[in-house]
Amino acid sequence: MILHVSLNHYLILAAILFCIGLYGAVAKQNAISILMGIELMLNAVNINLIAFNRFMQPAILVGHVFSIFVIALAAAEVAIGLALVLSVYRDRRTVNIEDFNWLKW
Amino acid sequence: MIQYATENAWLIPVLPTSAFVLIGLLFFRSKTLSAAISITAIGAALLQSLLILFAVLIKPEVQEFTVTWFKISGFHVEMGFLIDPIAAMMLVVVTLVALMVQVYSLGYMHGDPGFSSYYAYHSLFAASMLGLVLANNFVQLYIFWELVGLCSYLLIGFWFQKPTAVDAAKKAFITNRIGDFGLLLGILLIQIIFGTLNFQKLQGIIGSEYIAATSLTLLVLLVFAGPVGKSAQFPLHVWLPDAMEGPTPVSALIHAATMVAAGVYLVARAFFLFAASPQALLIVAYLGGFTALFAASIAIVQNDIKRILAFSTLSQLGYMMMALGIGSVTAGMFHLMTHAFFKALLFLGAGSVIHALHEEQDIWKMGKLSKSMPITTATFLIGSLALSGIFPLAGFWSKDEILNATISNGYTGLFILGVFVAFLTSFYMFRLIFVAFYGPSQQHHHTPHESPLVMTIPLIILAALSVAAGWVGIPWLSVNFATYVHYGAVHHGVNTWVMLLSTIVALAGIWTAHMIYRKNVVAPAELVQRYSTIHRILTNKYYIDEIYNWAAARILDASARVLYWVDIKIVDGIVNGLGAGARWSGFFLRLIETGQTQHYAMAMIVGVVLIALMFSLLDAGLSLNSWLGGGSLTWFYR
Repeated sequence: MILHVSLNHYLILAAILFCIGLYGAVAKQNAISILMGIELMLNAVNINLIAFNRFMQPAILVGHVFSIFVIALAAAEVAIGLALVLSVYRDRRTVNIEDFNWLKW
Repeated sequence: MIQYATENAWLIPVLPTSAFVLIGLLFFRSKTLSAAISITAIGAALLQSLLILFAVLIKPEVQEFTVTWFKISGFHVEMGFLIDPIAAMMLVVVTLVALMVQVYSLGYMHGDPGFSSYYAYHSLFAASMLGLVLANNFVQLYIFWELVGLCSYLLIGFWFQKPTAVDAAKKAFITNRIGDFGLLLGILLIQIIFGTLNFQKLQGIIGSEYIAATSLTLLVLLVFAGPVGKSAQFPLHVWLPDAMEGPTPVSALIHAATMVAAGVYLVARAFFLFAASPQALLIVAYLGGFTALFAASIAIVQNDIKRILAFSTLSQLGYMMMALGIGSVTAGMFHLMTHAFFKALLFLGAGSVIHALHEEQDIWKMGKLSKSMPITTATFLIGSLALSGIFPLAGFWSKDEILNATISNGYTGLFILGVFVAFLTSFYMFRLIFVAFYGPSQQHHHTPHESPLVMTIPLIILAALSVAAGWVGIPWLSVNFATYVHYGAVHHGVNTWVMLLSTIVALAGIWTAHMIYRKNVVAPAELVQRYSTIHRILTNKYYIDEIYNWAAARILDASARVLYWVDIKIVDGIVNGLGAGARWSGFFLRLIETGQTQHYAMAMIVGVVLIALMFSLLDAGLSLNSWLGGGSLTWFYR
């Protein structure tokens, strides 16, 4: 019996990926790990976009366009994020996110 | 001529009003001109009033002239005038007394810096009262009613540099406001219940339309609150004795013609209302009777000549109210008319005495005036005899009419009260006369002189009227006062033993006063000592003023305390509570601002999860299956 891959499978995959990324972003202390978590979430979104495009509106490539935008945005975000982390690391000698609270009241 | 006078009756109040405007705007600098304008206007009004009286006597029928002032749906306000025998009689009384007082004031107010404004106020006062008398509906009556109150304020406080005068003026105004508020409510209630304020229309409606007895009684009592204030009946009588602070001619005007007569006149004018509610009428009768006795008992111990007369007025007004209350408009209005003449005379006479003695008002400091002021003494004596009800003076006939009405309508209690008050009346009046005019001389710094002619001539005219005015009501005449002024059937009653009794009682009062204050059978001082408690209570006017002061202070104090508490605890509490609440919630809310981005992210996740849960539960019920399966996404597709 051949496993038929339906929209739900893609969505469940994306949900799992999103949750892993969410967990990483919320629970990790290392700033680099958080950035990685955010990347996972963005990619989960990309899978959703492509999957919906494929199953709902195969004729139009709007989902692809969106995911390309998301990839470009993710690249920019990681570049800025890493630059920030690097600069904080240089100043404070730490990448622990819990120490990054100087803007608090 | 007569026709013209009747159809243009609006001229009567307009004449003094224009005098007021002319003096106030143009001629206030010239004292002579001011007085001349004022006296001319009131004189012309008197002439026209006499013509109207003549017309009414020839053809005693009700004439009404009216124009619509404004009209909104369900509310129709008219201006107009209503001429019937009562109104015609009042017009003559008011204009006549006002004219006498104004002429007299030429002498009394001579040299007063406010001479012109005095005449301006006088004109306005007369105009308001005349407008009130002519009113054919409640709105117009109320407007002039308030104007009368305003003028009394202006004239009582005429010597405004005297603090007592200012206080008296304020007291008169505020006390009247209490009664007027009831009157206003009553008028509004009449408009609501009957839909009209015209006297004639109301009179037609009252008989035919059904209205619950309790609401009618309430309505009548509210309307009656006005006369209680204006005519100084018992709970609101306190302003009248203090109104003495004004110039004495003003007191004469207030007591005789313009101010206090308004209340009695309103009851007579709206008598169809009162007659519809026997309970209210009974209250009017007993309140009047009580006021008559109450005031007469105070008058017997007062030492200020004007105060004695003031309490006498209170007492006589109570008499009139009592007469109206037992259903005799004839007796009430008859006494109002005769009283107007002799009370004006008595006040002007007192003014003459006070003027001659340089503002001395204590009767014990006068004495022997009969020698130096013969005309004043003679006229004052006539006024006192008339007030005491001695045959054949005016007061005899009207007082007899009232007593006769009480006994023939079956109010034996009020009859006895009336007779006793008649005794007290002649007693206090002759106490005044024996002490002030015939008592031992009190070493004056100078001999008092008789007042000038301009003051004595009004006294003589009023004295003549005090003798003759009662003759129009002689009960043996086939056509007399009662033929014209009556409510319901004309009542002709002659009761000889009532006449005899009232005369005997009046003579007994005079004799008692003579024995005590002339022959000194019992020394007055000894009497005071023997009945010191009663004397103290009476001298202090039953402590009514003190009770009012105390109650006002208490009520004010208590309500101020309550309001203070409300302000501090509730109003301030809310405002401060809002501030403190904002501060405390801010203090606690800032604790969740950890500065940790992950906490915020966590909060967002929790929020999103909760919202998703809520929607899916709403959408698919509580089924876990639908939450996990495709069902949970149905809301998304939609």
